[in-house]
Amino acid sequence: MYRILEKEVFSPIIKLMVIEAPKVARSCQAGQFVILRIHEEGERIPLTIADFDREKGTITIVFQEVGKTTEQLGAMNAGDSLRDFVGPLGVPSHIEKFGTVMVVGGGVGIAPVHPIARELKKAGNHVIGVIGSRTKELMFWEDKMREACSELHVTTDDGSYVRKGFVTDVMKEIIEDRGKENINLVLAIGPQPMMRACCNLTREYGLKTVVSLNALMVDGTGMCGCCRVSVGGVTKFVCVDGPEFDGHEVDWLELARRGAYFREEEQKARERAKEKHSCQCGCGGGK
Amino acid sequence: MADAQKPKKQIVPKKNPMPAQDPAVRSRNFNEVALGYSPETAIAEAGRCLQCKNEPCRQGCPVEVDIPAFLKLASEGDFAGAIAKIKEKNALPAVCGRVCPQENQCEKYCTLGKKHEPVGIGRVERFCADWELAKGVKLPEVAPPTGFKVAVVGSGPAGITCAADLAKLGHKVTMFEALHVAGGVLMYGIPEFRLPKAVVQAEVENVKKLGVEIEVNSVVGKFATVDQLMEEGGFDAVFIGTGAGLPYFMNIPGENLCGVYSANEFLTRTNLMKAYQFPEWDTPIKVGRKVAVLGGGNVAMDAARTALRLGAEESWIVYRRSDKELPARHEEVEHAHEEGVKFAFLTSPTRIIGDDNGVVKAMECIRYELGEPDASGRRSPVPIPGSEYTMEVDTVVVAIGQGPNPLVPRTTKGLEVNRKGNIVANPETGATSKPGVYAGGDVVTGAATVILAMGAGKVGARSIHDYLMAKKSAK
Repeated sequence: MYRILEKEVFSPIIKLMVIEAPKVARSCQAGQFVILRIHEEGERIPLTIADFDREKGTITIVFQEVGKTTEQLGAMNAGDSLRDFVGPLGVPSHIEKFGTVMVVGGGVGIAPVHPIARELKKAGNHVIGVIGSRTKELMFWEDKMREACSELHVTTDDGSYVRKGFVTDVMKEIIEDRGKENINLVLAIGPQPMMRACCNLTREYGLKTVVSLNALMVDGTGMCGCCRVSVGGVTKFVCVDGPEFDGHEVDWLELARRGAYFREEEQKARERAKEKHSCQCGCGGGK
Repeated sequence: MADAQKPKKQIVPKKNPMPAQDPAVRSRNFNEVALGYSPETAIAEAGRCLQCKNEPCRQGCPVEVDIPAFLKLASEGDFAGAIAKIKEKNALPAVCGRVCPQENQCEKYCTLGKKHEPVGIGRVERFCADWELAKGVKLPEVAPPTGFKVAVVGSGPAGITCAADLAKLGHKVTMFEALHVAGGVLMYGIPEFRLPKAVVQAEVENVKKLGVEIEVNSVVGKFATVDQLMEEGGFDAVFIGTGAGLPYFMNIPGENLCGVYSANEFLTRTNLMKAYQFPEWDTPIKVGRKVAVLGGGNVAMDAARTALRLGAEESWIVYRRSDKELPARHEEVEHAHEEGVKFAFLTSPTRIIGDDNGVVKAMECIRYELGEPDASGRRSPVPIPGSEYTMEVDTVVVAIGQGPNPLVPRTTKGLEVNRKGNIVANPETGATSKPGVYAGGDVVTGAATVILAMGAGKVGARSIHDYLMAKKSAK
């Protein structure tokens, strides 16, 4: 069992948890992910690592409640335990001194972008951070990102905080302002449509853009191929070849379709859990 | 002539049949197909053994079980004695009694089998193992602690066997498993209806009772490398039995459409994640009305039979050679036939076709004919030009084989692998190119059988013991 040591509620649907997982914490690196299972009948879901503390042996995850498992997870509290927690999985982010790197986090994607931004800055890069959320209520970690980046730009889709605009609007302004030749790499993490939009923008400028993909997974070790995606016309497994890929090469339509294949079942499971849940014990409805 | 020799014993020409669920019923449930012998039948079947002097059956057993001895004990009704005899060599008798291809092993060499049906060795083995599991298991003796620590990577048949043997020799064994439950392919791959998961877990518990520690959720190569296990983890030797966990695809257009699964995914969702109990269990699976399984091995049969149980109206094996070349066990093919699996022989898909949402709706196939025998001696299939046709399907399961999972080989310094990515290990000893590191099972041989992996685990354990003892005397 893996104990939840801390819980922080960023918004009704975005939550942070610090999990006791020394084995993962001792070797994980920025860009890697974990797979967790809440209870015996649970599904295995991947979550990108948002932070880690090797000495304390902890991993921080930040998740948005989008389905049955994340909703149940969100209902759990410090002191509760997860059934399974395995990692670090996937290939770590490629960190070197590129020069100037624009690091973009959209929505809950701000969390996984954070440790990568920190490592890039540590490696001597000038890190331009761009973070955005739909609305003020969903914004988090502005302070942590300000520390991890050399400069930070914040936006909200509805203009309820700092400014109005998508992250791509901010990116475009920065690229136009600084000149595309003065930006060496872009890294974007967030919901698929946002990453796709970022890639469409940077393609116009010929700016290489790395994205971190979220795909359905079962084992997460390259055994089942559920997470396969076409990158540059070649089939890759997100779990072992990724999660980071050249965003200009990703077949986004295929990725979105594969991700939606079980939507009907997911909906059914979610409704069923809500109907069943009447207790106040924090079990999230159990199975 | 037979009269002149005065046979000591009455020959019973036919095997006692294995009671089984009715095909029409079982093809819609996940309960075990073969129900097992009664004590009376087990005694009768064991009694068919001629107890011949040259014991040819023993050469057919990769883990060297003393078959005539256990059959003799079983025929006398001494099931405790029989299972103890089996367990001297075999850590997983309830598993082997169910999934070993006995017709190619012990039973192939049975003297009785030359003229009649061989003794149902596997069936008696299964009975004895189940009998013991029901009664409570008597633990074998464990040697005094040697002070050596061994890491076993992977908890499938190779790893479990190796761990059990090393523990019995007094070594401290930790077995690392990537998934959340121990058992490897016995848990994620082989279906419940052939090998109940409760049986696997009972066997795993027995291995734990020998003192083996199992760390699940531990992906070696990720949380620690093999080198780190040895340098920082204090392990004196490592056995790698990580199996064939890399699915092969056909490399035809449309393979990434929704509704195309690798056999590994299809079976893992169903067996490990219990998708057949969705929504009680969270993991879903979709099969639709008509399923095509590509391939002709045991994994393909498992997938095709699973598809029926998940509710498919039609389940097809699509295989590019003929029925004679099917690599699956005879019994599996027979069971598949009985349950209503259909076969499209001499057929292979050229592309998979999707609908507007990127979901499979059909498969374009081409027919083959058999040409000259290839290097393997099998007649190689040759496509017939212009024979393309379309087969409507909702789900495609690719079961054309698996390669070695690369996670451990890629992250272990100085570990030699071959062109296919299999770890190179001495077949006599399991020794790899790296001192103190041994390997066996599918990660070395490529996808094979449970019992061959167990044999390799046994060989690895023996070599690791020798290596550690030599290390001790060198100190």
